[in-house]
Amino acid sequence: MKSTLPPFFLCALLSFSGWLSAEESATAAVTVADLAAAAAPVANKGDTAWMIVATVLVILMIIPGLALFYGGMVRVKNMLSVLMQVFAIFAMIAVLWAIYGYSIAFTEGNAFFGGLSKVFLKGVTPESMAATFSKGVVIPEYIYVVFQLTFAAITPALIVGAFAERAKFGAVLMFMVLWFTFSYLPIAHMVWYWAGPDAYTDVEAGAKAAATAGFIFQRGALDFAGGTVVHINAGFAGLIGAIVIGKRIGFQKESMKPHSVTMTMIGASLLWVGWFGFNVGSNLEANGVAAMVFVNTLLATAGATLSWMGAEWIDRGKPSMLGAASGAVAGLVAITPACGFVGPMGSIVLGLIAGAVCFWAVTSLKNMLGYDDSLDVFGVHAVGGMLGALGTGIFAAPALGGTGVYDYVANAVGAYDMLAQVISQAWGVGVTIIWTSLVSLISYKIVDATIGLRVSDESEREGLDIREHGETAYNL
Amino acid sequence: MKFVTAILKPFKLDDVREALSEVGVTGITVTEVKGFGRQKGHTELYRGAEYVVDFLPKVKLEVAVTDQQLDAVIDAIAKTANTGKIGDGKIFVSNLEQVVRIRTGETGAEAL
Repeated sequence: MKSTLPPFFLCALLSFSGWLSAEESATAAVTVADLAAAAAPVANKGDTAWMIVATVLVILMIIPGLALFYGGMVRVKNMLSVLMQVFAIFAMIAVLWAIYGYSIAFTEGNAFFGGLSKVFLKGVTPESMAATFSKGVVIPEYIYVVFQLTFAAITPALIVGAFAERAKFGAVLMFMVLWFTFSYLPIAHMVWYWAGPDAYTDVEAGAKAAATAGFIFQRGALDFAGGTVVHINAGFAGLIGAIVIGKRIGFQKESMKPHSVTMTMIGASLLWVGWFGFNVGSNLEANGVAAMVFVNTLLATAGATLSWMGAEWIDRGKPSMLGAASGAVAGLVAITPACGFVGPMGSIVLGLIAGAVCFWAVTSLKNMLGYDDSLDVFGVHAVGGMLGALGTGIFAAPALGGTGVYDYVANAVGAYDMLAQVISQAWGVGVTIIWTSLVSLISYKIVDATIGLRVSDESEREGLDIREHGETAYNL
Repeated sequence: MKFVTAILKPFKLDDVREALSEVGVTGITVTEVKGFGRQKGHTELYRGAEYVVDFLPKVKLEVAVTDQQLDAVIDAIAKTANTGKIGDGKIFVSNLEQVVRIRTGETGAEAL
Protein backbone atom coordinates (compact mmCIF):
# COMPACT_ATOMS: atom_id res chain seq x y z
CA MET A 1 0.00 0.00 0.00
CA LYS A 2 2.91 2.32 0.67
CA SER A 3 3.65 2.69 -2.99
CA THR A 4 0.02 2.96 -4.02
CA LEU A 5 -1.23 5.79 -1.83
CA PRO A 6 0.51 8.85 -3.29
CA PRO A 7 -0.57 8.28 -6.93
CA PHE A 8 -4.06 7.50 -5.77
CA PHE A 9 -4.45 10.78 -3.96
CA LEU A 10 -2.60 12.66 -6.65
CA CYS A 11 -5.00 11.28 -9.16
CA ALA A 12 -8.00 12.37 -7.13
CA LEU A 13 -6.56 15.85 -6.85
CA LEU A 14 -5.67 16.11 -10.52
CA SER A 15 -9.07 15.04 -11.68
CA PHE A 16 -10.64 17.49 -9.29
CA SER A 17 -8.50 20.48 -10.20
CA GLY A 18 -9.06 19.66 -13.87
CA TRP A 19 -12.72 20.22 -13.38
CA LEU A 20 -12.22 23.47 -11.61
CA SER A 21 -10.23 25.03 -14.44
CA ALA A 22 -12.47 23.67 -17.18
CA GLU A 23 -15.70 24.82 -15.64
CA GLU A 24 -14.57 27.92 -13.79
CA SER A 25 -16.07 30.34 -16.26
CA ALA A 26 -19.45 28.64 -16.40
CA THR A 27 -22.09 30.88 -14.94
CA ALA A 28 -23.96 29.62 -11.94
CA ALA A 29 -27.14 28.13 -13.23
CA VAL A 30 -30.59 28.74 -11.96
CA THR A 31 -31.13 25.39 -10.36
CA VAL A 32 -34.15 23.30 -9.71
CA ALA A 33 -33.86 24.06 -6.04
CA ASP A 34 -33.74 27.80 -6.71
CA LEU A 35 -36.85 27.64 -8.85
CA ALA A 36 -38.63 25.59 -6.24
CA ALA A 37 -37.60 27.98 -3.52
CA ALA A 38 -39.05 30.91 -5.44
CA ALA A 39 -42.50 29.36 -5.33
CA ALA A 40 -41.66 28.13 -1.83
CA PRO A 41 -43.42 24.76 -1.97
CA VAL A 42 -43.09 22.76 1.23
CA ALA A 43 -41.92 19.16 1.28
CA ASN A 44 -44.50 16.59 2.29
CA LYS A 45 -43.49 14.78 5.49
CA GLY A 46 -44.65 11.44 4.06
CA ASP A 47 -42.48 11.85 0.97
CA THR A 48 -39.53 12.92 3.08
CA ALA A 49 -39.91 10.01 5.49
CA TRP A 50 -40.18 7.56 2.60
CA MET A 51 -37.04 8.91 0.96
CA ILE A 52 -35.09 8.54 4.21
CA VAL A 53 -36.21 4.91 4.45
CA ALA A 54 -35.49 4.28 0.76
CA THR A 55 -31.96 5.66 1.14
CA VAL A 56 -31.28 3.38 4.08
CA LEU A 57 -32.56 0.43 2.02
CA VAL A 58 -30.12 1.21 -0.80
CA ILE A 59 -27.26 1.37 1.72
CA LEU A 60 -28.37 -2.08 2.88
CA MET A 61 -28.04 -3.30 -0.71
CA ILE A 62 -24.37 -2.30 -0.73
CA ILE A 63 -23.33 -3.18 2.80
CA PRO A 64 -23.80 -5.96 3.45
CA GLY A 65 -26.03 -7.06 0.54
CA LEU A 66 -23.74 -6.78 -2.47
CA ALA A 67 -20.66 -7.55 -0.37
CA LEU A 68 -22.13 -10.87 0.79
CA PHE A 69 -23.61 -11.73 -2.62
CA TYR A 70 -20.16 -11.36 -4.17
CA GLY A 71 -18.21 -12.63 -1.16
CA GLY A 72 -20.01 -15.97 -1.11
CA MET A 73 -19.02 -16.61 -4.71
CA VAL A 74 -15.26 -16.28 -4.28
CA ARG A 75 -12.86 -18.78 -2.76
CA VAL A 76 -12.38 -18.62 0.99
CA LYS A 77 -8.90 -17.07 0.66
CA ASN A 78 -10.36 -14.00 -1.06
CA MET A 79 -13.55 -13.45 0.96
CA LEU A 80 -12.33 -10.41 2.89
CA SER A 81 -10.84 -8.76 -0.19
CA VAL A 82 -14.28 -8.61 -1.78
CA LEU A 83 -16.02 -7.45 1.41
CA MET A 84 -13.34 -4.81 1.91
CA GLN A 85 -13.44 -3.54 -1.67
CA VAL A 86 -17.20 -3.02 -1.52
CA PHE A 87 -17.06 -1.47 1.96
CA ALA A 88 -14.19 0.90 1.13
CA ILE A 89 -15.68 1.95 -2.21
CA PHE A 90 -18.91 2.87 -0.46
CA ALA A 91 -17.05 5.06 2.02
CA MET A 92 -14.80 6.65 -0.59
CA ILE A 93 -17.54 7.47 -3.09
CA ALA A 94 -19.71 8.90 -0.32
CA VAL A 95 -17.05 11.51 0.40
CA LEU A 96 -16.31 12.24 -3.27
CA TRP A 97 -20.04 12.57 -3.97
CA ALA A 98 -20.37 15.35 -1.40
CA ILE A 99 -17.19 17.10 -2.52
CA TYR A 100 -17.85 17.27 -6.28
CA GLY A 101 -19.96 14.34 -7.48
CA TYR A 102 -23.39 15.74 -6.73
CA SER A 103 -22.58 19.03 -8.39
CA ILE A 104 -21.20 17.50 -11.59
CA ALA A 105 -24.10 15.07 -11.90
CA PHE A 106 -27.03 17.22 -10.82
CA THR A 107 -26.46 20.85 -11.65
CA GLU A 108 -26.90 22.55 -14.97
CA GLY A 109 -23.85 22.55 -17.18
CA ASN A 110 -23.53 21.24 -20.71
CA ALA A 111 -25.25 18.12 -22.05
CA PHE A 112 -22.49 15.86 -20.71
CA PHE A 113 -21.23 17.37 -17.47
CA GLY A 114 -22.94 19.44 -14.85
CA GLY A 115 -21.38 22.51 -13.33
CA LEU A 116 -19.47 23.21 -10.15
CA SER A 117 -22.02 25.46 -8.47
CA LYS A 118 -22.65 22.93 -5.71
CA VAL A 119 -19.16 21.60 -5.01
CA PHE A 120 -18.71 20.90 -1.29
CA LEU A 121 -22.55 20.90 -1.26
CA LYS A 122 -22.48 24.68 -1.47
CA GLY A 123 -25.97 26.10 -1.14
CA VAL A 124 -27.56 22.87 0.03
CA THR A 125 -29.40 23.63 3.26
CA PRO A 126 -32.28 22.15 5.27
CA GLU A 127 -34.47 24.68 3.43
CA SER A 128 -33.32 23.93 -0.14
CA MET A 129 -35.58 21.63 -2.09
CA ALA A 130 -35.19 19.19 -4.99
CA ALA A 131 -37.81 18.62 -7.67
CA THR A 132 -39.76 15.37 -8.04
CA PHE A 133 -41.80 14.14 -11.00
CA SER A 134 -44.90 16.09 -10.04
CA LYS A 135 -45.34 19.82 -10.48
CA GLY A 136 -45.26 21.69 -7.21
CA VAL A 137 -44.06 18.66 -5.24
CA VAL A 138 -40.60 18.81 -3.73
CA ILE A 139 -38.43 16.92 -1.29
CA PRO A 140 -35.60 18.26 0.87
CA GLU A 141 -32.46 18.55 -1.24
CA TYR A 142 -30.37 16.90 1.47
CA ILE A 143 -32.24 13.62 1.16
CA TYR A 144 -32.04 13.83 -2.63
CA VAL A 145 -28.27 14.33 -2.35
CA VAL A 146 -27.81 11.30 -0.13
CA PHE A 147 -30.28 9.11 -2.03
CA GLN A 148 -28.31 9.77 -5.20
CA LEU A 149 -25.10 9.23 -3.24
CA THR A 150 -26.07 5.62 -2.62
CA PHE A 151 -26.56 5.06 -6.37
CA ALA A 152 -23.16 6.57 -7.09
CA ALA A 153 -21.63 4.27 -4.46
CA ILE A 154 -23.21 0.97 -5.48
CA THR A 155 -22.33 1.34 -9.17
CA PRO A 156 -18.53 1.21 -8.80
CA ALA A 157 -18.95 -1.52 -6.18
CA LEU A 158 -20.74 -3.66 -8.77
CA ILE A 159 -17.65 -3.57 -11.00
CA VAL A 160 -15.35 -5.31 -8.51
CA GLY A 161 -17.04 -8.65 -9.20
CA ALA A 162 -15.55 -8.75 -12.69
CA PHE A 163 -11.91 -8.76 -11.56
CA ALA A 164 -12.40 -10.31 -8.13
CA GLU A 165 -9.64 -12.51 -6.72
CA ARG A 166 -6.73 -10.85 -8.56
CA ALA A 167 -6.82 -7.02 -8.39
CA LYS A 168 -4.66 -4.91 -6.08
CA PHE A 169 -6.67 -3.08 -3.44
CA GLY A 170 -4.97 0.25 -4.15
CA ALA A 171 -5.54 -0.22 -7.87
CA VAL A 172 -9.24 -0.85 -7.28
CA LEU A 173 -9.58 2.40 -5.33
CA MET A 174 -7.60 4.44 -7.85
CA PHE A 175 -9.59 3.04 -10.76
CA MET A 176 -12.84 3.80 -8.98
CA VAL A 177 -11.90 7.46 -8.45
CA LEU A 178 -11.19 7.84 -12.17
CA TRP A 179 -14.19 5.85 -13.33
CA PHE A 180 -16.61 7.53 -10.92
CA THR A 181 -15.42 10.97 -12.04
CA PHE A 182 -15.30 10.42 -15.78
CA SER A 183 -17.94 7.77 -16.36
CA TYR A 184 -20.51 7.62 -13.56
CA LEU A 185 -20.94 11.37 -13.12
CA PRO A 186 -21.33 12.30 -16.81
CA ILE A 187 -23.63 9.34 -17.55
CA ALA A 188 -25.79 10.23 -14.53
CA HIS A 189 -25.89 13.81 -15.80
CA MET A 190 -26.70 12.77 -19.36
CA VAL A 191 -29.52 10.46 -18.32
CA TRP A 192 -31.08 12.11 -15.30
CA TYR A 193 -30.37 15.81 -15.22
CA TRP A 194 -33.34 17.94 -16.17
CA ALA A 195 -34.78 21.24 -14.99
CA GLY A 196 -37.67 19.53 -13.20
CA PRO A 197 -41.37 19.47 -14.06
CA ASP A 198 -42.14 23.01 -12.90
CA ALA A 199 -40.03 24.45 -15.72
CA TYR A 200 -42.41 22.99 -18.32
CA THR A 201 -45.07 25.68 -18.12
CA ASP A 202 -45.77 26.02 -21.86
CA VAL A 203 -44.34 24.77 -25.17
CA GLU A 204 -41.72 27.48 -25.39
CA ALA A 205 -40.60 27.20 -21.77
CA GLY A 206 -40.65 23.41 -22.14
CA ALA A 207 -38.36 23.51 -25.16
CA LYS A 208 -36.04 25.90 -23.36
CA ALA A 209 -35.95 23.70 -20.27
CA ALA A 210 -35.42 20.57 -22.35
CA ALA A 211 -32.35 22.13 -23.95
CA THR A 212 -30.67 22.31 -20.54
CA ALA A 213 -31.18 18.60 -19.81
CA GLY A 214 -28.56 15.87 -20.18
CA PHE A 215 -27.68 14.45 -23.59
CA ILE A 216 -29.46 11.11 -23.23
CA PHE A 217 -32.45 12.73 -21.52
CA GLN A 218 -32.79 15.02 -24.53
CA ARG A 219 -32.86 11.96 -26.79
CA GLY A 220 -35.98 10.89 -24.93
CA ALA A 221 -34.52 7.78 -23.32
CA LEU A 222 -36.39 6.54 -20.27
CA ASP A 223 -34.38 5.18 -17.36
CA PHE A 224 -36.42 5.16 -14.18
CA ALA A 225 -33.89 3.87 -11.67
CA GLY A 226 -30.60 3.37 -13.48
CA GLY A 227 -30.52 0.66 -16.15
CA THR A 228 -28.02 2.68 -18.17
CA VAL A 229 -26.45 4.80 -15.41
CA VAL A 230 -25.91 1.92 -13.01
CA HIS A 231 -26.06 -1.45 -14.74
CA ILE A 232 -24.87 -1.01 -18.32
CA ASN A 233 -22.32 1.48 -17.05
CA ALA A 234 -20.89 -0.93 -14.46
CA GLY A 235 -21.38 -4.02 -16.62
CA PHE A 236 -19.20 -2.80 -19.46
CA ALA A 237 -16.62 -1.37 -17.07
CA GLY A 238 -16.46 -4.86 -15.60
CA LEU A 239 -16.09 -6.56 -18.97
CA ILE A 240 -13.24 -4.27 -19.97
CA GLY A 241 -11.65 -4.84 -16.57
CA ALA A 242 -11.86 -8.62 -16.82
CA ILE A 243 -10.20 -8.46 -20.24
CA VAL A 244 -7.50 -5.90 -19.34
CA ILE A 245 -6.55 -7.55 -16.03
CA GLY A 246 -6.62 -11.04 -17.55
CA LYS A 247 -7.78 -14.40 -16.30
CA ARG A 248 -7.22 -15.72 -12.81
CA ILE A 249 -4.37 -18.20 -12.42
CA GLY A 250 -5.86 -21.64 -12.94
CA PHE A 251 -9.01 -20.38 -14.64
CA GLN A 252 -10.92 -23.36 -16.06
CA LYS A 253 -8.21 -25.69 -14.75
CA GLU A 254 -8.55 -25.46 -10.99
CA SER A 255 -11.66 -25.53 -8.83
CA MET A 256 -13.00 -22.02 -8.23
CA LYS A 257 -16.17 -23.08 -6.50
CA PRO A 258 -18.04 -20.44 -4.49
CA HIS A 259 -16.98 -20.80 -0.86
CA SER A 260 -20.47 -20.15 0.51
CA VAL A 261 -23.61 -20.18 -1.58
CA THR A 262 -25.38 -19.53 1.73
CA MET A 263 -23.75 -16.09 1.95
CA THR A 264 -24.64 -15.47 -1.67
CA MET A 265 -28.28 -16.29 -0.97
CA ILE A 266 -28.30 -13.91 2.02
CA GLY A 267 -26.71 -11.23 -0.14
CA ALA A 268 -29.14 -11.74 -3.00
CA SER A 269 -32.05 -11.51 -0.57
CA LEU A 270 -30.73 -8.27 0.90
CA LEU A 271 -30.33 -6.95 -2.63
CA TRP A 272 -33.91 -7.88 -3.45
CA VAL A 273 -35.25 -6.20 -0.30
CA GLY A 274 -33.00 -3.17 -0.70
CA TRP A 275 -33.99 -2.78 -4.33
CA PHE A 276 -37.42 -1.60 -3.21
CA GLY A 277 -35.60 1.44 -1.87
CA PHE A 278 -33.63 1.73 -5.08
CA ASN A 279 -36.54 1.49 -7.52
CA VAL A 280 -39.48 2.75 -5.46
CA GLY A 281 -37.33 5.50 -3.99
CA SER A 282 -36.49 6.64 -7.50
CA ASN A 283 -40.08 7.84 -7.74
CA LEU A 284 -39.07 10.47 -5.14
CA GLU A 285 -42.65 10.59 -3.85
CA ALA A 286 -44.74 8.14 -1.81
CA ASN A 287 -47.74 7.88 -4.12
CA GLY A 288 -49.58 5.53 -6.46
CA VAL A 289 -46.73 5.32 -8.96
CA ALA A 290 -44.44 4.34 -6.10
CA ALA A 291 -46.80 1.49 -5.24
CA MET A 292 -46.83 0.39 -8.89
CA VAL A 293 -43.03 0.43 -8.98
CA PHE A 294 -43.03 -1.77 -5.88
CA VAL A 295 -45.30 -4.33 -7.56
CA ASN A 296 -43.26 -4.29 -10.77
CA THR A 297 -39.97 -4.73 -8.91
CA LEU A 298 -41.35 -7.72 -7.02
CA LEU A 299 -42.96 -9.43 -10.00
CA ALA A 300 -40.11 -9.03 -12.49
CA THR A 301 -37.68 -10.45 -9.95
CA ALA A 302 -39.93 -13.40 -9.21
CA GLY A 303 -40.33 -14.04 -12.94
CA ALA A 304 -36.59 -13.92 -13.56
CA THR A 305 -35.87 -16.23 -10.61
CA LEU A 306 -38.30 -18.78 -12.05
CA SER A 307 -37.02 -18.51 -15.60
CA TRP A 308 -33.32 -18.84 -14.65
CA MET A 309 -34.25 -21.79 -12.45
CA GLY A 310 -36.27 -23.37 -15.26
CA ALA A 311 -33.61 -22.78 -17.90
CA GLU A 312 -30.96 -24.30 -15.66
CA TRP A 313 -33.18 -27.24 -14.74
CA ILE A 314 -33.81 -28.05 -18.39
CA ASP A 315 -30.30 -27.32 -19.63
CA ARG A 316 -28.17 -28.67 -16.80
CA GLY A 317 -30.44 -31.14 -15.07
CA LYS A 318 -30.60 -29.47 -11.66
CA PRO A 319 -32.05 -26.16 -10.41
CA SER A 320 -29.33 -24.60 -8.22
CA MET A 321 -29.57 -22.07 -5.39
CA LEU A 322 -26.79 -20.02 -6.98
CA GLY A 323 -28.85 -20.01 -10.16
CA ALA A 324 -32.00 -18.84 -8.40
CA ALA A 325 -30.08 -16.06 -6.63
CA SER A 326 -28.48 -15.01 -9.91
CA GLY A 327 -31.87 -15.02 -11.62
CA ALA A 328 -33.30 -12.74 -8.96
CA VAL A 329 -30.51 -10.22 -9.49
CA ALA A 330 -30.93 -10.43 -13.28
CA GLY A 331 -34.63 -9.64 -12.85
CA LEU A 332 -33.89 -6.72 -10.54
CA VAL A 333 -31.43 -5.33 -13.05
CA ALA A 334 -33.84 -5.66 -15.97
CA ILE A 335 -36.78 -4.02 -14.21
CA THR A 336 -34.66 -1.11 -12.93
CA PRO A 337 -35.02 1.18 -15.97
CA ALA A 338 -38.58 -0.02 -16.66
CA CYS A 339 -40.19 -0.10 -13.23
CA GLY A 340 -41.90 3.30 -13.41
CA PHE A 341 -43.18 2.93 -16.95
CA VAL A 342 -44.42 -0.63 -17.39
CA GLY A 343 -47.34 -2.54 -15.94
CA PRO A 344 -47.28 -5.64 -13.73
CA MET A 345 -47.76 -8.08 -16.62
CA GLY A 346 -45.08 -6.36 -18.67
CA SER A 347 -42.82 -6.72 -15.63
CA ILE A 348 -43.42 -10.46 -15.41
CA VAL A 349 -42.65 -10.92 -19.12
CA LEU A 350 -39.54 -8.74 -18.85
CA GLY A 351 -38.40 -10.79 -15.85
CA LEU A 352 -39.01 -14.11 -17.58
CA ILE A 353 -36.94 -12.96 -20.58
CA ALA A 354 -34.15 -11.54 -18.41
CA GLY A 355 -33.71 -14.71 -16.33
CA ALA A 356 -33.33 -16.98 -19.34
CA VAL A 357 -31.17 -14.60 -21.40
CA CYS A 358 -28.80 -13.81 -18.50
CA PHE A 359 -28.53 -17.55 -17.78
CA TRP A 360 -27.44 -18.01 -21.37
CA ALA A 361 -25.00 -15.08 -21.09
CA VAL A 362 -23.17 -16.43 -18.04
CA THR A 363 -23.17 -20.10 -19.03
CA SER A 364 -22.68 -19.99 -22.81
CA LEU A 365 -21.71 -16.50 -23.99
CA LYS A 366 -18.90 -16.20 -21.42
CA ASN A 367 -17.39 -19.53 -22.49
CA MET A 368 -17.71 -18.64 -26.15
CA LEU A 369 -15.87 -15.34 -25.69
CA GLY A 370 -13.41 -16.75 -23.16
CA TYR A 371 -13.06 -13.81 -20.76
CA ASP A 372 -12.82 -14.38 -16.99
CA ASP A 373 -15.53 -12.18 -15.49
CA SER A 374 -15.22 -13.77 -12.02
CA LEU A 375 -18.71 -13.01 -10.73
CA ASP A 376 -20.52 -12.31 -14.00
CA VAL A 377 -20.88 -8.56 -13.78
CA PHE A 378 -21.21 -8.41 -17.56
CA GLY A 379 -23.54 -11.37 -17.97
CA VAL A 380 -25.95 -10.15 -15.32
CA HIS A 381 -25.64 -6.36 -15.15
CA ALA A 382 -24.76 -5.38 -18.72
CA VAL A 383 -26.91 -7.99 -20.44
CA GLY A 384 -29.81 -7.55 -18.00
CA GLY A 385 -29.41 -3.78 -18.17
CA MET A 386 -29.57 -3.72 -21.97
CA LEU A 387 -32.61 -5.99 -21.99
CA GLY A 388 -34.31 -3.77 -19.45
CA ALA A 389 -33.43 -0.52 -21.21
CA LEU A 390 -34.67 -1.70 -24.60
CA GLY A 391 -37.59 -3.58 -23.05
CA THR A 392 -38.70 -0.35 -21.39
CA GLY A 393 -39.35 1.07 -24.86
CA ILE A 394 -41.62 -1.87 -25.66
CA PHE A 395 -43.46 -2.50 -22.40
CA ALA A 396 -44.00 1.18 -21.58
CA ALA A 397 -46.57 1.19 -24.37
CA PRO A 398 -50.06 1.77 -22.95
CA ALA A 399 -51.27 -0.97 -25.32
CA LEU A 400 -49.06 -3.42 -23.39
CA GLY A 401 -50.17 -2.20 -19.99
CA GLY A 402 -47.49 0.48 -19.65
CA THR A 403 -47.93 4.05 -18.50
CA GLY A 404 -46.72 5.75 -21.67
CA VAL A 405 -44.72 8.94 -21.37
CA TYR A 406 -46.04 11.92 -19.47
CA ASP A 407 -46.02 15.22 -21.33
CA TYR A 408 -45.33 17.95 -18.79
CA VAL A 409 -46.39 20.69 -21.18
CA ALA A 410 -49.79 19.16 -21.96
CA ASN A 411 -50.04 17.79 -18.41
CA ALA A 412 -51.22 14.45 -19.79
CA VAL A 413 -49.84 11.18 -21.13
CA GLY A 414 -48.79 11.76 -24.73
CA ALA A 415 -49.33 9.53 -27.77
CA TYR A 416 -46.98 6.55 -27.69
CA ASP A 417 -44.72 5.64 -30.60
CA MET A 418 -43.06 2.35 -29.72
CA LEU A 419 -40.48 2.38 -32.50
CA ALA A 420 -39.42 5.93 -31.71
CA GLN A 421 -39.16 5.07 -28.02
CA VAL A 422 -37.07 1.95 -28.67
CA ILE A 423 -34.75 4.07 -30.83
CA SER A 424 -34.49 6.59 -27.97
CA GLN A 425 -33.69 3.75 -25.60
CA ALA A 426 -31.03 2.47 -28.01
CA TRP A 427 -29.42 5.92 -27.94
CA GLY A 428 -29.16 5.66 -24.18
CA VAL A 429 -27.72 2.15 -24.35
CA GLY A 430 -25.28 2.94 -27.15
CA VAL A 431 -23.93 6.17 -25.72
CA THR A 432 -23.49 4.56 -22.30
CA ILE A 433 -21.64 1.54 -23.73
CA ILE A 434 -19.24 3.63 -25.79
CA TRP A 435 -18.64 6.19 -23.05
CA THR A 436 -18.06 3.76 -20.20
CA SER A 437 -15.95 1.40 -22.32
CA LEU A 438 -13.58 4.18 -23.39
CA VAL A 439 -13.31 5.71 -19.94
CA SER A 440 -12.79 2.28 -18.40
CA LEU A 441 -10.09 1.26 -20.85
CA ILE A 442 -8.13 4.48 -20.37
CA SER A 443 -8.56 4.39 -16.59
CA TYR A 444 -7.39 0.77 -16.31
CA LYS A 445 -4.35 1.58 -18.44
CA ILE A 446 -3.48 4.60 -16.29
CA VAL A 447 -3.73 2.53 -13.11
CA ASP A 448 -1.75 -0.32 -14.64
CA ALA A 449 1.01 2.05 -15.75
CA THR A 450 1.28 3.75 -12.35
CA ILE A 451 0.68 1.26 -9.56
CA GLY A 452 -0.18 -1.93 -11.46
CA LEU A 453 -3.61 -3.54 -11.57
CA ARG A 454 -2.77 -7.04 -10.59
CA VAL A 455 -1.26 -8.66 -7.52
CA SER A 456 1.79 -10.91 -7.86
CA ASP A 457 1.29 -14.57 -8.78
CA GLU A 458 2.39 -15.48 -5.28
CA SER A 459 -0.23 -13.23 -3.69
CA GLU A 460 -2.91 -14.57 -5.99
CA ARG A 461 -2.03 -18.13 -5.02
CA GLU A 462 -1.95 -17.43 -1.31
CA GLY A 463 -5.05 -15.28 -1.37
CA LEU A 464 -5.74 -11.56 -1.25
CA ASP A 465 -7.03 -11.67 2.32
CA ILE A 466 -3.62 -12.43 3.81
CA ARG A 467 -1.51 -10.63 1.24
CA GLU A 468 -3.52 -7.43 0.79
CA HIS A 469 -5.32 -7.11 4.11
CA GLY A 470 -3.32 -9.21 6.58
CA GLU A 471 -6.21 -11.21 7.94
CA THR A 472 -8.36 -14.26 7.24
CA ALA A 473 -12.12 -14.40 6.98
CA TYR A 474 -12.78 -17.37 9.19
CA ASN A 475 -10.68 -18.27 12.21
CA LEU A 476 -12.71 -21.21 13.42
CA MET B 1 -3.64 -60.22 16.25
CA LYS B 2 -5.08 -58.49 13.24
CA PHE B 3 -5.58 -54.85 12.34
CA VAL B 4 -8.80 -54.17 10.45
CA THR B 5 -9.24 -50.95 8.47
CA ALA B 6 -12.63 -50.33 6.91
CA ILE B 7 -13.76 -47.53 4.59
CA LEU B 8 -17.47 -46.87 4.99
CA LYS B 9 -20.27 -44.61 3.89
CA PRO B 10 -20.49 -42.02 6.68
CA PHE B 11 -24.15 -42.64 7.48
CA LYS B 12 -23.39 -46.32 8.21
CA LEU B 13 -20.96 -45.55 11.04
CA ASP B 14 -23.39 -45.81 13.95
CA ASP B 15 -24.80 -49.15 12.77
CA VAL B 16 -21.31 -50.57 12.33
CA ARG B 17 -20.21 -49.37 15.78
CA GLU B 18 -23.17 -51.15 17.39
CA ALA B 19 -22.56 -54.35 15.46
CA LEU B 20 -18.90 -54.33 16.52
CA SER B 21 -19.82 -53.84 20.18
CA GLU B 22 -22.08 -56.87 19.93
CA VAL B 23 -19.20 -59.08 18.77
CA GLY B 24 -17.02 -57.93 21.66
CA VAL B 25 -14.93 -55.15 20.15
CA THR B 26 -14.01 -52.74 22.95
CA GLY B 27 -12.42 -49.87 21.05
CA ILE B 28 -12.38 -48.35 17.60
CA THR B 29 -10.77 -45.31 15.98
CA VAL B 30 -12.69 -43.29 13.39
CA THR B 31 -11.41 -40.69 10.93
CA GLU B 32 -13.33 -38.60 8.40
CA VAL B 33 -11.59 -39.09 5.09
CA LYS B 34 -12.07 -38.44 1.37
CA GLY B 35 -11.38 -40.78 -1.47
CA PHE B 36 -12.69 -42.57 -4.49
CA GLY B 37 -12.99 -46.08 -5.81
CA ARG B 38 -15.28 -47.43 -8.50
CA GLN B 39 -18.01 -44.98 -7.46
CA LYS B 40 -15.75 -42.18 -8.69
CA GLY B 41 -16.77 -38.60 -7.87
CA HIS B 42 -19.58 -36.35 -9.02
CA THR B 43 -19.80 -33.05 -10.89
CA GLU B 44 -20.90 -29.71 -9.50
CA LEU B 45 -22.11 -26.83 -11.64
CA TYR B 46 -21.78 -23.19 -10.64
CA ARG B 47 -23.21 -20.76 -13.19
CA GLY B 48 -22.10 -23.01 -16.00
CA ALA B 49 -18.63 -23.71 -14.61
CA GLU B 50 -18.39 -27.47 -14.15
CA TYR B 51 -16.17 -28.92 -11.45
CA VAL B 52 -15.49 -32.65 -11.10
CA VAL B 53 -15.35 -33.59 -7.44
CA ASP B 54 -13.13 -36.71 -7.40
CA PHE B 55 -13.01 -37.28 -3.69
CA LEU B 56 -16.14 -38.18 -1.79
CA PRO B 57 -16.46 -38.05 1.97
CA LYS B 58 -16.02 -41.42 3.67
CA VAL B 59 -15.34 -42.70 7.15
CA LYS B 60 -12.22 -44.71 7.94
CA LEU B 61 -12.65 -47.10 10.87
CA GLU B 62 -9.69 -48.83 12.48
CA VAL B 63 -9.94 -51.68 14.93
CA ALA B 64 -7.39 -54.08 16.43
CA VAL B 65 -8.72 -57.58 17.18
CA THR B 66 -7.56 -61.05 18.20
CA ASP B 67 -7.27 -63.77 15.57
CA GLN B 68 -10.36 -65.44 17.06
CA GLN B 69 -12.47 -62.29 16.75
CA LEU B 70 -11.48 -61.58 13.15
CA ASP B 71 -14.13 -63.45 11.22
CA ALA B 72 -16.94 -62.14 13.40
CA VAL B 73 -15.65 -58.58 13.04
CA ILE B 74 -15.34 -58.78 9.26
CA ASP B 75 -18.77 -60.33 9.08
CA ALA B 76 -20.31 -57.61 11.28
CA ILE B 77 -18.82 -54.78 9.24
CA ALA B 78 -19.58 -56.32 5.86
CA LYS B 79 -23.20 -57.04 6.75
CA THR B 80 -24.03 -53.73 8.42
CA ALA B 81 -22.26 -51.45 5.96
CA ASN B 82 -23.80 -53.12 2.93
CA THR B 83 -26.38 -51.14 0.98
CA GLY B 84 -25.87 -53.05 -2.28
CA LYS B 85 -25.03 -49.81 -4.07
CA ILE B 86 -21.69 -48.78 -5.53
CA GLY B 87 -19.50 -46.92 -3.04
CA ASP B 88 -20.16 -49.07 0.05
CA GLY B 89 -16.45 -49.20 0.81
CA LYS B 90 -13.81 -51.86 1.60
CA ILE B 91 -12.31 -53.80 4.47
CA PHE B 92 -8.54 -54.24 4.70
CA VAL B 93 -6.97 -56.77 7.07
CA SER B 94 -3.30 -56.79 8.06
CA ASN B 95 -1.15 -58.55 10.60
CA LEU B 96 -0.59 -56.71 13.84
CA GLU B 97 2.76 -57.33 15.52
CA GLN B 98 2.44 -55.59 18.83
CA VAL B 99 0.03 -53.63 20.99
CA VAL B 100 0.90 -51.66 24.13
CA ARG B 101 -1.55 -50.12 26.56
CA ILE B 102 0.22 -46.94 27.51
CA ARG B 103 -1.29 -46.53 30.98
CA THR B 104 -0.36 -49.99 32.34
CA GLY B 105 2.36 -51.18 30.07
CA GLU B 106 0.37 -54.33 29.17
CA THR B 107 1.28 -55.83 25.79
CA GLY B 108 -0.16 -58.21 23.21
CA ALA B 109 -3.77 -59.47 23.34
CA GLU B 110 -4.16 -58.26 26.93
CA ALA B 111 -3.77 -54.71 25.73
CA LEU B 112 -6.66 -54.92 23.23
